[in-house]
Amino acid sequence: MLDPYKIREDFPILKRKINNHPLIYFDSAATSQKPRQVIEAIKEFYEKHNANVHRAVHTLSQEASELYENAHEEVAKFINANGMEEIIFVRGTTEAINLVAYAWGLRNLKREDEVLVTLMEHHSNIVPWENLSKINGFQVKYAEVKDDGTLNYEAFENAISDKTKIVCLPHVSNVTGVINDVKRVVKMAHECGSLVLVDGAQSVPHLPVDVKDLDIDFLAFSGHKMLGPTGIGVLYGKRRVLEEMEPFHGGGEMIREVTFDTITRRCSISWNDLPWKFEAGTPNTCGGVGLMAAVKYLKDVGMENVKAHEETLTGYVMHLVQECKKVRIHGPKDASVKCGIIPFGVDGLGSHDVALFLDGYGIMIRSGFHCAQPLHEKFKLKSSARVSFYVYNTREEIHRFVDVLKETERF
Amino acid sequence: MSIVEDYVARIEETCGEERDFVVMFKYDKKDEAITKILEKATIKKSISRIIFELTFRNISFRLYGTGKAIFRNLKDNDELKKILCDLLL
Repeated sequence: MLDPYKIREDFPILKRKINNHPLIYFDSAATSQKPRQVIEAIKEFYEKHNANVHRAVHTLSQEASELYENAHEEVAKFINANGMEEIIFVRGTTEAINLVAYAWGLRNLKREDEVLVTLMEHHSNIVPWENLSKINGFQVKYAEVKDDGTLNYEAFENAISDKTKIVCLPHVSNVTGVINDVKRVVKMAHECGSLVLVDGAQSVPHLPVDVKDLDIDFLAFSGHKMLGPTGIGVLYGKRRVLEEMEPFHGGGEMIREVTFDTITRRCSISWNDLPWKFEAGTPNTCGGVGLMAAVKYLKDVGMENVKAHEETLTGYVMHLVQECKKVRIHGPKDASVKCGIIPFGVDGLGSHDVALFLDGYGIMIRSGFHCAQPLHEKFKLKSSARVSFYVYNTREEIHRFVDVLKETERF
Repeated sequence: MSIVEDYVARIEETCGEERDFVVMFKYDKKDEAITKILEKATIKKSISRIIFELTFRNISFRLYGTGKAIFRNLKDNDELKKILCDLLL
């Protein structure tokens, strides 16, 4: 079992007061707070090991390179990848998806092809494909979502065909917290010869994810949503698929050789090994080190424990909000089919009003579209308020939240 | 418009179909701003100085004790700044 009170001791920011109230942070789906183990790892890197990686023979560079490579290895183990060759460090989920779109999609998607995404997608898994379709001329198709917020698998199956070259879906919806049956989708997609890209931004931080078991081709996720620093994220890719791909960005680090032919007066370029082929330029070494510390922290806590804790908190909110007459929960009410994300509305108040009201009591929540406008349009919602939990949240905080929510009903 | 710069730290145009404007007053000026606004606008509803529903020249908006305000159905940033200027003068 996870002890959130013990865990909270590791998070200095949770000792803060906001608007004269103890901080209650219910916006972890946007970004998580950071434990001192991550903060210390970053501080120690800059105080003791900072140097450019893979470029120099001096001791500091060797230390930095080893730390950076170890970070790839730790992440590989965390999601059960085959090794660091399958782990590309990027800025975050958005860059990871853009990498696939432009490094794989630009060269492989033709006019007659289709890309299948879902209506519950974050904008970061829509916009790169729509942008690319304007260049390559392929069609982007959208799989339907049921009224309860779950994926319509029958419609999904009907939408996949031999024209589908890549299927993209979120493992967990960032609006409803619904956990999608990725294995079911992978089976359908692979039978049609399509690749599968999973947006793991809301799953990798909150539940055990095993890329081999899921048999997915790509997995994108962000460090800052899983206790790590901002500016570092991960693209997992099956080695075979990554090897067939051309690089995304060009520059230092990603090349093995750039030779100049004095006769043709052109350069001949060969790529570096995986994963460096996709990591052009000086990387975010410190971000990688911070992410490694975050992964170690989560492994110590245990991802099954993280999932169970959030399920308990979600069920607790569902139970308590029944006392609130004006509060409407959107999406599934069953905590077991979702991660710790709950979208809701309060009759007579806009989502930003609710967020500003709760802010007055030190409770931080998200409001708006959460970068998922199509799903809001599907639900005919102008916007929504959203609470999201993590390892450091407690039942007492939920009690406080629901008490304050009841206050809004007086308005 | 310099009066707005004196009191306002940030203006955020929110996402969502409503396209609200959230005004955040400077921390050290927020109490003064709230007092001025409450003197000029008409209070329609309130909950213990945490949230006020107000109207001013047929425009309704909400003011929060934390030093934030939310305005709806405005044409643009210029209209918002004009209202803020009149409220804060």
